[in-house]
Amino acid sequence: MATGTEPPQVNTGVHGAARAAIGPRHLRTDRWWLAPALTAGGLLAFVVYSTWRAFANADYYAAPYVSPFYSPCLAENCEPMRGGPNWEIFGSWWGLSPALLILIFPLGFRLTCYYYRKAYYRGFWASPPACAVAEPHKKYSGETRFPLILQNIHRYFFYTAIPVAGILTYDTVLAFRDEHYEWGHMGLGTLVLLVNIVLIWAYTVSCHSCRHIIGGRLKHFSKHPVRYRLWSWVGKLNERHTVLAWASLISVALADFYVYLVASGAFDDPRLF
Amino acid sequence: MSSYTAAFKVWRGDADGGELRDFAVEVNDGEVVLDIIHRLQATQASDLAVRWNCKAGKCGSCSAEINGRPRLLCMTRMSVFSREETITVTPLRAFPVVRDLVTDVSFNYAKAREVPSFVPPPGVRAGEYRMQQMDVERSQEFRKCIECFLCQDTCHVVRDHEENKAAFAGPRFLMRVAELDMHPLDAAGEAGLDRKKAAHDEHGLGYCNITKCCTEVCPEGIKITDNALIPLKERAVDRKYDPLVWLGNKIRRRGAED
Repeated sequence: MATGTEPPQVNTGVHGAARAAIGPRHLRTDRWWLAPALTAGGLLAFVVYSTWRAFANADYYAAPYVSPFYSPCLAENCEPMRGGPNWEIFGSWWGLSPALLILIFPLGFRLTCYYYRKAYYRGFWASPPACAVAEPHKKYSGETRFPLILQNIHRYFFYTAIPVAGILTYDTVLAFRDEHYEWGHMGLGTLVLLVNIVLIWAYTVSCHSCRHIIGGRLKHFSKHPVRYRLWSWVGKLNERHTVLAWASLISVALADFYVYLVASGAFDDPRLF
Repeated sequence: MSSYTAAFKVWRGDADGGELRDFAVEVNDGEVVLDIIHRLQATQASDLAVRWNCKAGKCGSCSAEINGRPRLLCMTRMSVFSREETITVTPLRAFPVVRDLVTDVSFNYAKAREVPSFVPPPGVRAGEYRMQQMDVERSQEFRKCIECFLCQDTCHVVRDHEENKAAFAGPRFLMRVAELDMHPLDAAGEAGLDRKKAAHDEHGLGYCNITKCCTEVCPEGIKITDNALIPLKERAVDRKYDPLVWLGNKIRRRGAED
């Protein structure tokens, strides 16, 4: 992190020849580094955890709960889940963890999300590290060139996020069974999955691309009253997109961790009824 | 009413050079930073240059950087600082300095001229424009802009990379493009002007990496990133990167934005 006392660079950015001759690259006195540091730390923690769990290929199913990292399970090497999301599209040739087949979609959705872009551009790439704090890069082309021009496909990842959220909803419904697959039961895990799916949907629907597709692209709302109403609702959720991004990221990790604890025998799922 | 003496550092100089100078100056309850700058002019530095006008946060003249943050001098209360704090005031650091706290913001006027103005609908005379509130309210948010250029100053695309100034209009003028593109009566499309495509191809929308500093510094509280830049990026995607939208428009033979 910059301290603001580094020697000035010559003829670039805030040290350009025509600009006010001020040595430090910023004069901020507040803890501007805290937010990007916390963001980077939080995202890094999730990346480490999810990488471990995605490659683990174990302890992701404890009837009736399936980890959101492994649903739907698209290879033959998946654990059989009665009534659950076992669709062996990839057959037996897939030898790696089946989580890798499905996680690419939520990963792409979050990686191209407008909020997460801000978070990792600031937190990891210091572009900029904070407002009015000079970035360390000599050149900047933003999202005009490969690979960052690919951020423009965010809406396609949004399209894939909808069926994924639908399948996780199905998993949550299946969680209203007991370990013998009898319906009408509920455990602590059911609550965990329920909270998770509500947050996943809220994050998905509050997406900026969703807001655009629902109604943002229209020029005359008065000609499309239903879409205008939907756009207004999505807009209200969209204002909380940052909070929902973090809440759903944490909830999906916690849901997976809960299933891991139950599946590995470290914890017994308390049955509520 | 209580008074105290505050420590200030104010940048003095011009295009040939300058430095932060120390001042000890009286502060009274209820004052803003611009009051203190005026007191400095009256008592210690009569030739201190500062641009100001309304003292009410509506003219956008007194933009500067206070403790490194782009702010309006007249809307920054002294009560937000502790009495022991040294307050540093510098000119905007993204634009060429003229003298002391005054910068040359003509970059912004050049960029403003590059955005084609409102295209009146054919057959409707001035004074006969009618539109529904729900159709025009998105554009109205952007009309709150007071042209203080704090968003332009803080945007790292031009602040940290002088070479991008030619290609990038900056958040204020991309917001202007969004305002016109969302305007229910703007007939640019019928006149052969595609504002979405122009935002991408001519005004450098792709340079924006939506890190929201423009929104953070806006004294009018305009949600520049969420309500103007991101929707404009999505509209540009409709034009440039989404084959399904392109195909849908071809099949239906009409614009997607009706």
